[in-house]
Amino acid sequence: MAGYDIIVIGGGLVGGAIAWGAARLGARVALVDEGDVAFRAARGNFGLVWVQSKGADMPAYAHWSRRSAELWPGLQAGMLAATGVDVALQQTGGLAFCLSDAEMEERAALIARMHNASGDIGTRMLDRAELRAMLPAVGDAVAGASFCPIDGHANPLKLLRSLHAALLRAGGDYLPNRTVERIDHQPGMFTLHAGAERLTAAKVVVAAGLGSARLAPMVGLDMPVTPLRGQIVVTERVRPFLDCATHIARQTDEGSVLLGDSHEDAGFDTSTGVPVARGIAARNLAVFPLLKDANVVRVWAALRVMTPDGCPIYQHSESHPGAFAATCHSGVTLAGAHALALAPAIVAGQLPESFDAFHPHRFQLQPA
Amino acid sequence: MRSIPTGSSFSRLDDPRAELRFSFEGRAMVAREGDTLAAALLAGGAGFFRATPVSASPRAPWCMMGVCFDCLVEVDGVASRQACLIEVREGMRVRRQHGAKAL
Repeated sequence: MAGYDIIVIGGGLVGGAIAWGAARLGARVALVDEGDVAFRAARGNFGLVWVQSKGADMPAYAHWSRRSAELWPGLQAGMLAATGVDVALQQTGGLAFCLSDAEMEERAALIARMHNASGDIGTRMLDRAELRAMLPAVGDAVAGASFCPIDGHANPLKLLRSLHAALLRAGGDYLPNRTVERIDHQPGMFTLHAGAERLTAAKVVVAAGLGSARLAPMVGLDMPVTPLRGQIVVTERVRPFLDCATHIARQTDEGSVLLGDSHEDAGFDTSTGVPVARGIAARNLAVFPLLKDANVVRVWAALRVMTPDGCPIYQHSESHPGAFAATCHSGVTLAGAHALALAPAIVAGQLPESFDAFHPHRFQLQPA
Repeated sequence: MRSIPTGSSFSRLDDPRAELRFSFEGRAMVAREGDTLAAALLAGGAGFFRATPVSASPRAPWCMMGVCFDCLVEVDGVASRQACLIEVREGMRVRRQHGAKAL
Protein backbone atom coordinates (compact mmCIF):
# COMPACT_ATOMS: atom_id res chain seq x y z
CA MET A 1 0.00 0.00 0.00
CA ALA A 2 1.22 3.47 -0.85
CA GLY A 3 2.43 5.68 1.99
CA TYR A 4 0.11 8.52 1.00
CA ASP A 5 -3.11 9.06 -0.93
CA ILE A 6 -1.62 12.12 -2.62
CA ILE A 7 1.87 13.58 -2.85
CA VAL A 8 1.99 17.17 -4.08
CA ILE A 9 5.38 18.19 -5.50
CA GLY A 10 5.93 21.90 -4.97
CA GLY A 11 5.44 23.78 -1.69
CA GLY A 12 4.44 27.14 -3.16
CA LEU A 13 1.01 28.72 -3.36
CA VAL A 14 -0.31 26.32 -6.03
CA GLY A 15 0.96 23.15 -4.36
CA GLY A 16 0.14 24.41 -0.87
CA ALA A 17 -3.47 25.24 -1.80
CA ILE A 18 -4.00 21.85 -3.46
CA ALA A 19 -2.38 19.97 -0.57
CA TRP A 20 -4.47 21.70 2.10
CA GLY A 21 -7.61 21.42 -0.03
CA ALA A 22 -7.10 17.66 -0.29
CA ALA A 23 -6.09 17.12 3.33
CA ARG A 24 -9.15 18.94 4.66
CA LEU A 25 -11.29 16.35 2.82
CA GLY A 26 -9.54 13.56 4.70
CA ALA A 27 -6.90 12.52 2.16
CA ARG A 28 -3.49 11.49 3.51
CA VAL A 29 -1.30 14.16 1.90
CA ALA A 30 2.41 14.95 1.74
CA LEU A 31 3.66 18.25 0.39
CA VAL A 32 7.21 17.84 -0.93
CA ASP A 33 9.12 21.13 -1.15
CA GLU A 34 12.51 21.53 -2.76
CA GLY A 35 14.21 24.14 -0.55
CA ASP A 36 15.98 27.42 -1.00
CA VAL A 37 17.59 26.26 -4.25
CA ALA A 38 14.13 26.51 -5.84
CA PHE A 39 12.99 29.73 -7.52
CA ARG A 40 10.06 30.12 -5.12
CA ALA A 41 7.71 32.39 -7.05
CA ALA A 42 5.39 32.31 -4.03
CA ARG A 43 7.95 34.31 -2.02
CA GLY A 44 7.94 37.17 -4.52
CA ASN A 45 4.25 37.47 -5.27
CA PHE A 46 2.58 40.89 -5.49
CA GLY A 47 -0.60 39.66 -3.79
CA LEU A 48 -3.43 40.57 -6.16
CA VAL A 49 -6.70 38.68 -6.33
CA TRP A 50 -7.17 40.00 -9.85
CA VAL A 51 -10.03 39.10 -12.12
CA GLN A 52 -10.88 41.96 -14.47
CA SER A 53 -8.48 41.22 -17.32
CA LYS A 54 -7.85 37.50 -16.81
CA GLY A 55 -8.83 35.23 -19.67
CA ALA A 56 -9.53 37.87 -22.32
CA ASP A 57 -8.78 35.21 -24.94
CA MET A 58 -9.92 32.18 -22.92
CA PRO A 59 -13.39 32.45 -21.36
CA ALA A 60 -12.73 29.30 -19.29
CA TYR A 61 -9.86 31.16 -17.58
CA ALA A 62 -12.06 34.23 -17.02
CA HIS A 63 -14.72 32.07 -15.38
CA TRP A 64 -12.14 30.15 -13.32
CA SER A 65 -10.62 33.41 -12.01
CA ARG A 66 -14.08 34.70 -11.08
CA ARG A 67 -14.90 31.46 -9.32
CA SER A 68 -11.70 31.74 -7.35
CA ALA A 69 -12.56 35.29 -6.27
CA GLU A 70 -15.92 33.94 -5.05
CA LEU A 71 -14.22 31.09 -3.17
CA TRP A 72 -11.54 33.31 -1.63
CA PRO A 73 -13.57 34.37 1.46
CA GLY A 74 -13.96 30.66 2.25
CA LEU A 75 -10.21 30.17 1.91
CA GLN A 76 -9.54 33.14 4.18
CA ALA A 77 -11.99 31.81 6.76
CA GLY A 78 -10.41 28.35 6.51
CA MET A 79 -6.93 29.75 7.16
CA LEU A 80 -8.15 31.81 10.13
CA ALA A 81 -10.01 28.86 11.67
CA ALA A 82 -7.16 26.36 11.18
CA THR A 83 -4.16 28.55 11.98
CA GLY A 84 -5.30 31.86 13.47
CA VAL A 85 -3.53 33.65 10.61
CA ASP A 86 -5.43 36.51 8.99
CA VAL A 87 -4.25 36.62 5.37
CA ALA A 88 -5.58 40.20 5.06
CA LEU A 89 -7.97 39.61 2.17
CA GLN A 90 -9.53 42.86 0.96
CA GLN A 91 -12.00 42.47 -1.92
CA THR A 92 -12.65 46.16 -2.29
CA GLY A 93 -12.40 46.28 -6.09
CA GLY A 94 -9.53 46.83 -8.50
CA LEU A 95 -8.41 49.71 -10.74
CA ALA A 96 -6.33 49.55 -13.92
CA PHE A 97 -5.15 53.07 -14.80
CA CYS A 98 -5.04 54.61 -18.28
CA LEU A 99 -2.65 57.50 -18.94
CA SER A 100 -4.13 58.72 -22.24
CA ASP A 101 -7.37 58.80 -24.21
CA ALA A 102 -5.93 56.11 -26.49
CA GLU A 103 -5.29 53.85 -23.49
CA MET A 104 -8.85 54.55 -22.27
CA GLU A 105 -10.26 53.43 -25.63
CA GLU A 106 -8.07 50.34 -25.71
CA ARG A 107 -9.06 49.39 -22.17
CA ALA A 108 -12.76 50.01 -22.81
CA ALA A 109 -12.57 47.75 -25.87
CA LEU A 110 -10.93 44.98 -23.81
CA ILE A 111 -13.57 45.24 -21.08
CA ALA A 112 -16.38 45.19 -23.69
CA ARG A 113 -14.83 42.15 -25.40
CA MET A 114 -14.61 40.27 -22.07
CA HIS A 115 -18.17 41.29 -21.21
CA ASN A 116 -19.38 39.82 -24.52
CA ALA A 117 -17.27 36.66 -24.33
CA SER A 118 -17.48 35.83 -20.65
CA GLY A 119 -20.37 37.81 -19.13
CA ASP A 120 -20.70 41.01 -17.14
CA ILE A 121 -19.02 41.16 -13.74
CA GLY A 122 -19.65 44.86 -13.23
CA THR A 123 -16.35 46.14 -14.66
CA ARG A 124 -16.78 49.69 -15.89
CA MET A 125 -14.70 52.58 -17.17
CA LEU A 126 -14.26 55.62 -14.92
CA ASP A 127 -13.29 59.03 -16.29
CA ARG A 128 -10.87 61.19 -14.33
CA ALA A 129 -13.58 62.90 -12.27
CA GLU A 130 -15.25 59.62 -11.29
CA LEU A 131 -11.86 58.12 -10.48
CA ARG A 132 -10.85 61.11 -8.33
CA ALA A 133 -14.11 60.82 -6.41
CA MET A 134 -13.19 57.22 -5.59
CA LEU A 135 -9.45 57.75 -5.11
CA PRO A 136 -8.39 61.37 -4.47
CA ALA A 137 -4.66 60.50 -4.60
CA VAL A 138 -4.52 60.00 -8.40
CA GLY A 139 -2.52 62.57 -10.34
CA ASP A 140 -3.28 64.71 -13.37
CA ALA A 141 -1.45 62.30 -15.70
CA VAL A 142 -4.24 59.75 -15.26
CA ALA A 143 -7.02 59.90 -17.87
CA GLY A 144 -9.20 57.33 -16.13
CA ALA A 145 -9.34 53.67 -15.19
CA SER A 146 -11.28 50.46 -15.47
CA PHE A 147 -12.84 49.41 -12.16
CA CYS A 148 -13.84 45.85 -11.34
CA PRO A 149 -15.79 45.46 -8.07
CA ILE A 150 -14.72 41.84 -7.42
CA ASP A 151 -10.95 42.39 -7.62
CA GLY A 152 -8.97 42.44 -4.40
CA HIS A 153 -5.68 41.68 -2.69
CA ALA A 154 -4.21 39.65 0.15
CA ASN A 155 -0.90 39.04 1.90
CA PRO A 156 0.82 36.27 -0.09
CA LEU A 157 3.45 35.47 2.54
CA LYS A 158 0.83 35.01 5.25
CA LEU A 159 -1.18 32.88 2.82
CA LEU A 160 1.79 30.63 2.12
CA ARG A 161 2.63 30.27 5.81
CA SER A 162 -0.97 29.53 6.75
CA LEU A 163 -1.44 26.97 3.95
CA HIS A 164 1.55 25.03 5.27
CA ALA A 165 0.33 25.31 8.88
CA ALA A 166 -3.24 24.36 7.94
CA LEU A 167 -1.95 21.30 6.07
CA LEU A 168 -0.22 20.10 9.24
CA ARG A 169 -3.35 20.79 11.30
CA ALA A 170 -5.35 18.67 8.84
CA GLY A 171 -2.96 15.76 9.39
CA GLY A 172 -0.78 16.23 6.32
CA ASP A 173 3.01 16.15 6.13
CA TYR A 174 5.21 19.00 4.92
CA LEU A 175 8.51 17.57 3.68
CA PRO A 176 11.03 20.33 2.88
CA ASN A 177 14.53 20.10 1.39
CA ARG A 178 13.66 17.24 -0.97
CA THR A 179 14.51 17.46 -4.65
CA VAL A 180 12.46 14.89 -6.54
CA GLU A 181 14.85 13.31 -9.05
CA ARG A 182 12.68 10.56 -10.45
CA ILE A 183 9.07 9.36 -10.40
CA ASP A 184 8.37 5.66 -11.06
CA HIS A 185 4.90 4.33 -11.79
CA GLN A 186 3.25 0.96 -11.30
CA PRO A 187 -0.54 0.59 -11.54
CA GLY A 188 -2.03 2.36 -8.54
CA MET A 189 1.25 3.60 -7.12
CA PHE A 190 3.83 6.29 -7.77
CA THR A 191 7.30 6.13 -6.21
CA LEU A 192 9.22 9.37 -5.81
CA HIS A 193 13.00 9.31 -5.53
CA ALA A 194 14.47 12.14 -3.44
CA GLY A 195 18.09 11.42 -2.58
CA ALA A 196 18.12 8.10 -0.75
CA GLU A 197 14.49 8.53 0.28
CA ARG A 198 11.52 6.79 -1.40
CA LEU A 199 8.02 8.20 -1.02
CA THR A 200 4.94 6.40 -2.37
CA ALA A 201 1.44 7.60 -3.15
CA ALA A 202 -1.64 6.56 -5.09
CA LYS A 203 -1.71 9.96 -6.79
CA VAL A 204 0.91 12.58 -7.54
CA VAL A 205 0.40 16.26 -8.34
CA VAL A 206 3.17 18.16 -10.12
CA ALA A 207 2.86 21.77 -8.96
CA ALA A 208 6.54 22.68 -8.87
CA GLY A 209 6.45 25.97 -10.74
CA LEU A 210 9.41 26.25 -13.11
CA GLY A 211 10.57 22.83 -11.87
CA SER A 212 7.46 21.26 -13.40
CA ALA A 213 8.97 21.40 -16.89
CA ARG A 214 11.48 18.72 -15.80
CA LEU A 215 9.14 16.65 -13.60
CA ALA A 216 5.97 16.52 -15.71
CA PRO A 217 7.30 14.30 -18.57
CA MET A 218 8.25 11.59 -16.02
CA VAL A 219 4.53 10.82 -15.65
CA GLY A 220 3.20 11.63 -19.13
CA LEU A 221 2.40 15.29 -18.47
CA ASP A 222 3.42 18.37 -20.43
CA MET A 223 4.36 21.62 -18.67
CA PRO A 224 6.05 23.99 -21.13
CA VAL A 225 6.71 26.77 -18.61
CA THR A 226 9.30 29.54 -18.82
CA PRO A 227 10.40 32.32 -16.44
CA LEU A 228 9.31 35.96 -16.71
CA ARG A 229 11.00 38.23 -14.18
CA GLY A 230 9.06 40.77 -12.17
CA GLN A 231 10.52 43.28 -9.73
CA ILE A 232 8.73 44.83 -6.77
CA VAL A 233 9.60 48.08 -4.99
CA VAL A 234 8.35 48.41 -1.40
CA THR A 235 7.95 51.66 0.53
CA GLU A 236 7.95 52.32 4.25
CA ARG A 237 4.60 52.13 6.02
CA VAL A 238 2.48 55.18 5.32
CA ARG A 239 -1.03 56.23 6.35
CA PRO A 240 -3.78 54.51 4.32
CA PHE A 241 -4.53 56.23 0.99
CA LEU A 242 -5.29 53.26 -1.28
CA ASP A 243 -7.79 50.63 -0.16
CA CYS A 244 -8.52 49.01 -3.51
CA ALA A 245 -6.20 46.84 -5.58
CA THR A 246 -4.52 48.30 -8.66
CA HIS A 247 -2.42 46.66 -11.38
CA ILE A 248 0.66 48.71 -10.45
CA ALA A 249 0.38 49.34 -6.70
CA ARG A 250 -1.29 48.03 -3.59
CA GLN A 251 -1.17 49.20 0.00
CA THR A 252 -1.03 46.42 2.58
CA ASP A 253 -3.18 46.28 5.68
CA GLU A 254 -0.13 47.43 7.67
CA GLY A 255 0.61 50.42 5.44
CA SER A 256 3.50 49.37 3.16
CA VAL A 257 3.01 50.19 -0.51
CA LEU A 258 4.06 47.56 -3.05
CA LEU A 259 4.86 48.87 -6.52
CA GLY A 260 5.32 46.52 -9.43
CA ASP A 261 4.11 45.19 -12.75
CA SER A 262 7.48 44.95 -14.51
CA HIS A 263 8.00 42.20 -17.09
CA GLU A 264 11.48 41.11 -18.18
CA ASP A 265 12.75 38.13 -20.10
CA ALA A 266 15.87 37.54 -17.98
CA GLY A 267 16.16 33.76 -18.06
CA PHE A 268 16.61 32.34 -14.57
CA ASP A 269 18.35 35.48 -13.23
CA THR A 270 16.55 36.67 -10.06
CA SER A 271 18.68 39.78 -9.50
CA THR A 272 17.25 43.29 -9.14
CA GLY A 273 18.39 46.35 -11.04
CA VAL A 274 18.05 50.11 -10.66
CA PRO A 275 16.79 50.82 -14.24
CA VAL A 276 13.69 48.64 -13.80
CA ALA A 277 13.06 49.90 -10.25
CA ARG A 278 13.35 53.46 -11.58
CA GLY A 279 10.77 52.69 -14.26
CA ILE A 280 8.39 51.21 -11.69
CA ALA A 281 8.82 54.28 -9.47
CA ALA A 282 8.32 56.73 -12.36
CA ARG A 283 5.12 55.07 -13.52
CA ASN A 284 3.72 55.01 -10.00
CA LEU A 285 4.70 58.64 -9.37
CA ALA A 286 2.71 59.66 -12.43
CA VAL A 287 -0.36 57.91 -11.01
CA PHE A 288 0.24 58.71 -7.32
CA PRO A 289 2.24 61.98 -7.01
CA LEU A 290 2.11 61.77 -3.19
CA LEU A 291 4.54 58.82 -3.32
CA LYS A 292 7.39 61.31 -3.93
CA ASP A 293 7.72 61.58 -0.13
CA ALA A 294 7.68 57.82 0.56
CA ASN A 295 10.99 56.16 1.37
CA VAL A 296 11.77 52.92 -0.45
CA VAL A 297 12.82 50.19 1.97
CA ARG A 298 13.15 47.10 -0.24
CA VAL A 299 13.34 45.88 -3.82
CA TRP A 300 13.10 42.26 -4.84
CA ALA A 301 12.75 40.18 -7.97
CA ALA A 302 11.06 36.86 -8.65
CA LEU A 303 10.30 34.71 -11.65
CA ARG A 304 6.71 34.31 -12.84
CA VAL A 305 5.87 30.85 -14.12
CA MET A 306 4.58 31.50 -17.64
CA THR A 307 2.86 29.14 -20.05
CA PRO A 308 2.98 29.91 -23.81
CA ASP A 309 -0.43 31.68 -23.73
CA GLY A 310 -0.24 32.99 -20.16
CA CYS A 311 -3.21 30.86 -19.08
CA PRO A 312 -3.05 28.06 -16.49
CA ILE A 313 -2.40 24.41 -17.27
CA TYR A 314 -4.34 21.66 -15.51
CA GLN A 315 -3.85 18.12 -16.75
CA HIS A 316 -4.60 14.54 -15.77
CA SER A 317 -2.10 12.15 -17.35
CA GLU A 318 -3.56 9.80 -19.96
CA SER A 319 -0.56 7.44 -19.78
CA HIS A 320 -0.14 7.56 -15.98
CA PRO A 321 -3.63 7.74 -14.41
CA GLY A 322 -3.49 9.42 -11.03
CA ALA A 323 -0.77 11.88 -12.08
CA PHE A 324 -1.93 15.49 -12.27
CA ALA A 325 -0.23 18.78 -13.05
CA ALA A 326 -1.17 22.37 -12.23
CA THR A 327 0.53 25.65 -12.97
CA CYS A 328 -0.33 29.31 -13.37
CA HIS A 329 1.26 32.72 -12.80
CA SER A 330 -1.53 33.84 -10.45
CA GLY A 331 -1.01 31.71 -7.38
CA VAL A 332 -2.82 34.20 -5.14
CA THR A 333 -5.80 34.91 -7.41
CA LEU A 334 -6.39 31.23 -8.05
CA ALA A 335 -5.69 29.98 -4.51
CA GLY A 336 -9.39 29.87 -3.66
CA ALA A 337 -10.19 27.73 -6.70
CA HIS A 338 -7.13 25.51 -6.25
CA ALA A 339 -7.96 24.72 -2.62
CA LEU A 340 -11.74 24.46 -2.84
CA ALA A 341 -12.48 23.33 -6.43
CA LEU A 342 -9.38 21.73 -8.01
CA ALA A 343 -8.27 19.77 -4.92
CA PRO A 344 -11.67 18.04 -4.49
CA ALA A 345 -11.53 16.98 -8.17
CA ILE A 346 -8.05 15.49 -7.66
CA VAL A 347 -9.25 13.67 -4.53
CA ALA A 348 -12.16 12.28 -6.60
CA GLY A 349 -9.64 11.18 -9.22
CA GLN A 350 -10.87 13.03 -12.31
CA LEU A 351 -10.78 16.56 -13.69
CA PRO A 352 -14.30 17.56 -14.80
CA GLU A 353 -14.91 18.51 -18.46
CA SER A 354 -14.75 22.17 -17.50
CA PHE A 355 -10.96 21.72 -17.19
CA ASP A 356 -10.56 20.59 -20.85
CA ALA A 357 -9.74 24.14 -22.00
CA PHE A 358 -6.66 24.12 -19.72
CA HIS A 359 -5.13 20.96 -21.21
CA PRO A 360 -1.69 21.61 -22.76
CA HIS A 361 -2.72 19.99 -26.06
CA ARG A 362 -3.96 23.50 -26.91
CA PHE A 363 -0.32 24.38 -27.67
CA GLN A 364 -0.14 21.71 -30.38
CA LEU A 365 -3.31 22.74 -32.23
CA GLN A 366 -2.66 24.09 -35.70
CA PRO A 367 -4.51 27.26 -36.67
CA ALA A 368 -7.33 26.55 -39.15
CA MET B 1 0.38 53.67 25.43
CA ARG B 2 3.13 52.64 27.80
CA SER B 3 5.53 55.38 28.77
CA ILE B 4 9.27 55.22 28.94
CA PRO B 5 10.67 57.08 31.97
CA THR B 6 12.12 60.46 31.12
CA GLY B 7 15.44 61.62 32.45
CA SER B 8 18.62 60.51 30.76
CA SER B 9 20.65 57.41 31.52
CA PHE B 10 23.60 59.11 29.83
CA SER B 11 25.96 61.73 31.22
CA ARG B 12 28.41 63.65 29.09
CA LEU B 13 32.18 63.48 29.44
CA ASP B 14 34.02 66.79 29.64
CA ASP B 15 33.28 68.13 26.21
CA PRO B 16 34.88 71.28 24.79
CA ARG B 17 32.62 71.41 21.71
CA ALA B 18 30.30 74.37 21.16
CA GLU B 19 26.68 74.07 22.26
CA LEU B 20 23.76 74.00 19.79
CA ARG B 21 20.14 74.65 20.64
CA PHE B 22 17.21 72.70 19.17
CA SER B 23 13.75 71.63 20.26
CA PHE B 24 12.07 68.29 20.88
CA GLU B 25 8.27 68.24 21.19
CA GLY B 26 8.50 71.99 21.77
CA ARG B 27 10.96 71.56 24.64
CA ALA B 28 14.35 73.36 24.51
CA MET B 29 17.27 70.95 24.16
CA VAL B 30 21.04 71.38 24.09
CA ALA B 31 23.44 69.43 21.88
CA ARG B 32 27.16 69.69 21.19
CA GLU B 33 28.42 70.45 17.72
CA GLY B 34 28.85 67.17 15.83
CA ASP B 35 26.32 65.22 17.91
CA THR B 36 24.02 62.96 16.01
CA LEU B 37 20.42 63.85 16.69
CA ALA B 38 19.88 60.47 18.33
CA ALA B 39 22.83 60.97 20.70
CA ALA B 40 21.67 64.46 21.64
CA LEU B 41 18.12 63.26 22.29
CA LEU B 42 19.34 60.36 24.43
CA ALA B 43 21.66 62.67 26.37
CA GLY B 44 18.76 65.09 26.84
CA GLY B 45 16.37 62.46 28.24
CA ALA B 46 13.93 62.51 25.33
CA GLY B 47 12.22 59.22 26.25
CA PHE B 48 10.68 57.42 23.30
CA PHE B 49 11.35 58.64 19.76
CA ARG B 50 8.52 57.05 17.83
CA ALA B 51 5.41 54.84 18.19
CA THR B 52 5.25 51.98 15.67
CA PRO B 53 2.62 52.01 12.89
CA VAL B 54 0.94 48.67 13.64
CA SER B 55 0.96 48.25 17.44
CA ALA B 56 1.79 51.81 18.56
CA SER B 57 4.68 50.40 20.60
CA PRO B 58 7.01 53.15 21.91
CA ARG B 59 10.58 52.84 20.61
CA ALA B 60 13.98 54.44 21.13
CA PRO B 61 17.29 53.94 19.27
CA TRP B 62 18.69 50.46 19.36
CA CYS B 63 21.49 50.13 16.81
CA MET B 64 22.72 53.74 16.46
CA MET B 65 24.09 52.87 13.02
CA GLY B 66 21.23 53.24 10.55
CA VAL B 67 19.86 49.73 10.55
CA CYS B 68 17.03 49.34 13.06
CA PHE B 69 14.84 52.36 12.15
CA ASP B 70 13.66 52.66 15.75
CA CYS B 71 14.99 56.23 16.00
CA LEU B 72 12.62 57.68 13.38
CA VAL B 73 11.55 61.25 14.16
CA GLU B 74 10.06 64.22 12.35
CA VAL B 75 12.66 66.91 11.67
CA ASP B 76 11.51 70.37 10.57
CA GLY B 77 8.27 68.87 9.29
CA VAL B 78 9.86 65.95 7.42
CA ALA B 79 8.86 62.54 8.80
CA SER B 80 10.82 59.26 8.90
CA ARG B 81 14.25 60.81 9.47
CA GLN B 82 16.74 58.45 11.08
CA ALA B 83 17.97 60.42 14.10
CA CYS B 84 21.17 58.37 14.35
CA LEU B 85 22.27 59.37 10.85
CA ILE B 86 21.85 63.15 10.97
CA GLU B 87 23.77 65.79 12.86
CA VAL B 88 22.03 68.35 15.02
CA ARG B 89 21.83 71.82 13.49
CA GLU B 90 21.10 75.03 15.39
CA GLY B 91 17.35 75.65 15.63
CA MET B 92 16.22 72.22 14.45
CA ARG B 93 12.62 71.43 15.37
CA VAL B 94 12.17 67.75 16.17
CA ARG B 95 9.01 65.85 17.00
CA ARG B 96 8.16 62.25 17.82
CA GLN B 97 6.79 60.18 14.97
CA HIS B 98 3.46 58.65 15.91
CA GLY B 99 2.52 55.71 13.68
CA ALA B 100 2.97 55.67 9.92
CA LYS B 101 3.98 58.75 8.01
CA ALA B 102 1.21 60.69 6.29
CA LEU B 103 1.89 61.41 2.62
